[in-house]
Amino acid sequence: MSDLNKSTLTQITNLIKTKKISSLEVTKFFIKNIEKAKKLNTFITTCFEKSLKDAKNFDIKKNYNGLLPGIPLAVKDLFCTKNIKTTAGSKILENFIPAYESSVTNNLWLEGAIILGKLNCDEFAMGSSNETSYFGNVINPIGKNLVPGGSSGGSAGALAANLTPATIGTDTGGSIRQPASFTGTVGLKPTYGLCSRWGIVAFASSLDQAGPMTKNVEDCALLLEAMSGYDPKDSTSINKKKEQYSKNLNENIKGLKIGIPKEYRIDNMPKEIDNIWNKGIDILKKSGATIVNISLPHTNYALPTYYIVAPAEASSNLARYDGVKYGYRSKKGKNLTEMYENTRGEGFGREVKRRVLIGTYVLSSGYYDAYYLKAQKVRKLIKNDFDESFKKIDAILTPSTPSSAFKFGEKTNDPISMYLNDIFTVPVNLAGIPAISIPGGVDNKGYPMGLQLIAKALDEQKILNIALTMEKAINFKNSINRWWEN
Amino acid sequence: MSIDKSQVKKVAKLSRISLDDKNLDSLSNDLALILKFVEQLNKLDTNNVKPLNSIVDKSLEPRKDQVNDGKIKEEILKNSPDKNEDFFIVPKVVE
Repeated sequence: MSDLNKSTLTQITNLIKTKKISSLEVTKFFIKNIEKAKKLNTFITTCFEKSLKDAKNFDIKKNYNGLLPGIPLAVKDLFCTKNIKTTAGSKILENFIPAYESSVTNNLWLEGAIILGKLNCDEFAMGSSNETSYFGNVINPIGKNLVPGGSSGGSAGALAANLTPATIGTDTGGSIRQPASFTGTVGLKPTYGLCSRWGIVAFASSLDQAGPMTKNVEDCALLLEAMSGYDPKDSTSINKKKEQYSKNLNENIKGLKIGIPKEYRIDNMPKEIDNIWNKGIDILKKSGATIVNISLPHTNYALPTYYIVAPAEASSNLARYDGVKYGYRSKKGKNLTEMYENTRGEGFGREVKRRVLIGTYVLSSGYYDAYYLKAQKVRKLIKNDFDESFKKIDAILTPSTPSSAFKFGEKTNDPISMYLNDIFTVPVNLAGIPAISIPGGVDNKGYPMGLQLIAKALDEQKILNIALTMEKAINFKNSINRWWEN
Repeated sequence: MSIDKSQVKKVAKLSRISLDDKNLDSLSNDLALILKFVEQLNKLDTNNVKPLNSIVDKSLEPRKDQVNDGKIKEEILKNSPDKNEDFFIVPKVVE
């Protein structure tokens, strides 16, 4: 039997299709890995009984037509899963069992995948280190004292530790790409509207997108193909034919024009990030691409814009948590209003409260124009920057994050320093365009750091192809010794 | 513009979030910091810029007004913290 700790999603898919291994064997292997990795705290819920039953069923039916035949997968606990607890990392949803399945996870199961469990994340996906989860910190498999990034920290951690052959996360301001960068894995935020938002616990609806998190680019293309597609249940879903990202994946990037935005060379950026970025530029040149220096003049305003738009949308999305129809309810309070206030006061964590309060403030009478409307206008300018650039170039190369993984507690006392983590990822969400993070190399501590490729809307294939080319040349290997199994 | 404690109290009330004095103090500090940070936007002249309301270049598609789901009353009620037969129970609202 081949070593499944060294196998990619695509390889396991082929092993199952060629009957070299059964779905049950693969499923049992990952369950064993998960059971040995409790220390990492990547899972909020496991459902092994169902996983094994589904695997056995697959092996009886032997339907190899799907893209993910008999593949066990764990998903971020922000996707509603029918009859399986879905918490969004929050106390307020501690016991919530959805009566429906999110469209994106449903797509995975229709392609033959099997659920392993639900992965830890920042509460309501609000965080960049997975330290805001009600269910505790996730430990980065790269090192005991390191955060995995966030908000899809459990997803990135489980993937890097090989507790799932691939996974899906959500990305509102960098929540797929930043943890991918911190764990030496690949993560893609698709074009807004490519993957359905139906059944995903909503954070900021104009920014939220689900996307694949994988060990390499080939897997990323496969999983994106499986999860994406038009969904009439999401009014912002793009109605177009499904792309065959896997089949069309190739390394021919000759003649492509790649932009290097000068605004992403920020002050105090570690020198190693610059080095990794320059190395990426060299690879692109050698592969026949043309490098073009560009300017995205409003980049510096992306983060402040995001911290108005996202909390504003969150404050209205989270109004539904009132302790009446589902979720946690406080026992304190003399009347309905007090019950609401106590439920939300006790049920939400600190970061969620911060954002709901900010959001309510910027939308409140007398402040709406000064904050929210202003932010919507600047958002337009940020989008215009990208639109103008993509008239001249095919893609943009930047670092994914301004640093490698940091230590627990290092940024928890200062919200702004935590928010700055997303400085390179947030502009993409504001513009609704796709971006992928791939491992670019390691810093002097040996921690992975990612490179980000950005394209115009619906140009996922282009950045996948460029990423594949760069991945081959960079030849990154994660040095993880499975220390948590001792 | 800066935010003071009484404004935070008001926003907490609007948000239906109870805050004790300790949390009120520290969240007021956080909020003041965050607002100062986002106020960088005031450096930009946006008088002639149209706000971006939606990233998707289409008007939302209406769907037919027909039932396509349902008959899961029990499953829905199962998640309620307090219920009685077919009703959600809340604290008394009428004296």
